[in-house]
Amino acid sequence: MTLLAFDWIFLIEKLVLIVIIISVSLVIAMYETYAERKVAAWIQDRVGPDRAGPWGILQPLADGGKLFFKEEIIPNSSNKFLFVLGPCLAMLTAMMTCAVVPWSSKLELFGRSIDMQIADINIGILYVFGVVSMGVYGIMIGGWASNNKFSLMAALRGASQVISYELAMGLSLIALLMLTGSLSLKTIVEQQQAGLWNIAYQPLGFLLFFVCALAECNRAPFDLPEAESELNMGYHQEYSSMKLGFYLFSEYINMFISSAIMATLFFGGYDVPFLDESKLAVNVAAIVGLVALMLKIFFFIFLFMWVRWTLPRFRYDQLMRVGWKNMIPLALANMIITAAVVLLIKK
Amino acid sequence: MQTLIPHNADESRRMMQSLTNRAKPVDRRPMNFVDRLYLPAVLKGMSITFGHIFKKPPTIKYPEQTREFSPVFRGLHVLNRDEEGRERCTACGLCAVACPAEAITMEAAEREPGEENLYREEKYAARYEINMLRCIFCGLCEEACPKDAIYLSETFAPSNFARKGFIYGKKDLLIPNPVTQPEEYAKAKGKR
Repeated sequence: MTLLAFDWIFLIEKLVLIVIIISVSLVIAMYETYAERKVAAWIQDRVGPDRAGPWGILQPLADGGKLFFKEEIIPNSSNKFLFVLGPCLAMLTAMMTCAVVPWSSKLELFGRSIDMQIADINIGILYVFGVVSMGVYGIMIGGWASNNKFSLMAALRGASQVISYELAMGLSLIALLMLTGSLSLKTIVEQQQAGLWNIAYQPLGFLLFFVCALAECNRAPFDLPEAESELNMGYHQEYSSMKLGFYLFSEYINMFISSAIMATLFFGGYDVPFLDESKLAVNVAAIVGLVALMLKIFFFIFLFMWVRWTLPRFRYDQLMRVGWKNMIPLALANMIITAAVVLLIKK
Repeated sequence: MQTLIPHNADESRRMMQSLTNRAKPVDRRPMNFVDRLYLPAVLKGMSITFGHIFKKPPTIKYPEQTREFSPVFRGLHVLNRDEEGRERCTACGLCAVACPAEAITMEAAEREPGEENLYREEKYAARYEINMLRCIFCGLCEEACPKDAIYLSETFAPSNFARKGFIYGKKDLLIPNPVTQPEEYAKAKGKR
């Protein structure tokens, strides 16, 4: 009878939350493509897409529709199973990360207190790292299965880039974790709500994390796996139709999620500065928090785009030199200094 | 005369004359510590691109807005009529002779009695075709015409799906009748 004792409503609640979060991140990824084109246009003194609907807001729908109706081509010489698996993996890993992000404080609906987080696991950050490092398999498998020199080169580049920058990312996070003492994203946000945002304690850590996030998301100036000018779109060169769409989409979802993680870790998550949330009604606080988090995320997404349309791509040796010779020593130094300071204060 | 040949890069740089006084020497100093941090340069670049967000784009949204043409713009041809609405063209063929692209074809016909209100002279063009794909819009036909019958307007050739659509006949070229359709006539005539 243990099965009947299970809280079925809890299951439904989580399922609804999963559906909402996944569809919201898909819609946001869709409109990121639009925002990317608009931001690029503004920075380059152009107008950008403005034909589909007012101000071109239906452009992502038109693009998506076009991708769906494109011919599906699987090259004869490719490994068919892996060729299909690649974009699936890329999409899967991109979506999985959003499970541990606390989107807001608790919401009270139908007499239940609902967590605005799919899973508050005590190793939240580790989970994110695990999933993100799996994301490179999407690139690797896609590039390898295409059986094409350019794609393979791009996949190799992508793999080595992600491995190099993950190190620095992890090291920069260790310093942060020494301060928070917890791996749970929820706890980290609640600590920031009570005190200062982590950016105040870890400015260098944030900078390192941000640069690594650019590299992890394969965004310019570290977009070497794609490098349209030298590798013909890189690892997804052989892809067409919605499989290509999945790759492009997963990149934008990654951007959204890493913005969410950055906002959560360093900028107080759903915390609104100079506002005591406990004085507000529970539901109002939850909605205000959600809006605050979304604004922070949109700022970071804009920052990603802003950087992309400002900086030229790094050369491969420059990328590796920055990763191994600058980022990792800086992250190590940051970690040691933080450790020393934490020890001194605790005494 | 003796020509000077640079023997090395340094000499060639010295010998190179700058065309304007706006040339800036390239800073070739090795990067110092601050430069190697990249960050100051990155921030500078980002402030420049951010400034561009607020600039007004020079875009002209074409089908809705059109660029303003100069009054001497040479666009599509118009076959002119006189004040009474009679065709001015006498099919003399001077425009076809003048045309460097050989884009103009015409067939002449004689005016019948009773057609005096249609054609100004005793001879007129029964068929008058301009191939807009051949035409280079030089305006030599306009200069060649002794009767002021053809001139280039301010509109340009619209797109078409077939090559056939670019061969403009008399019904495409002829200006609306100023007596019966004064408004259309004024519009087609433009500023000239």
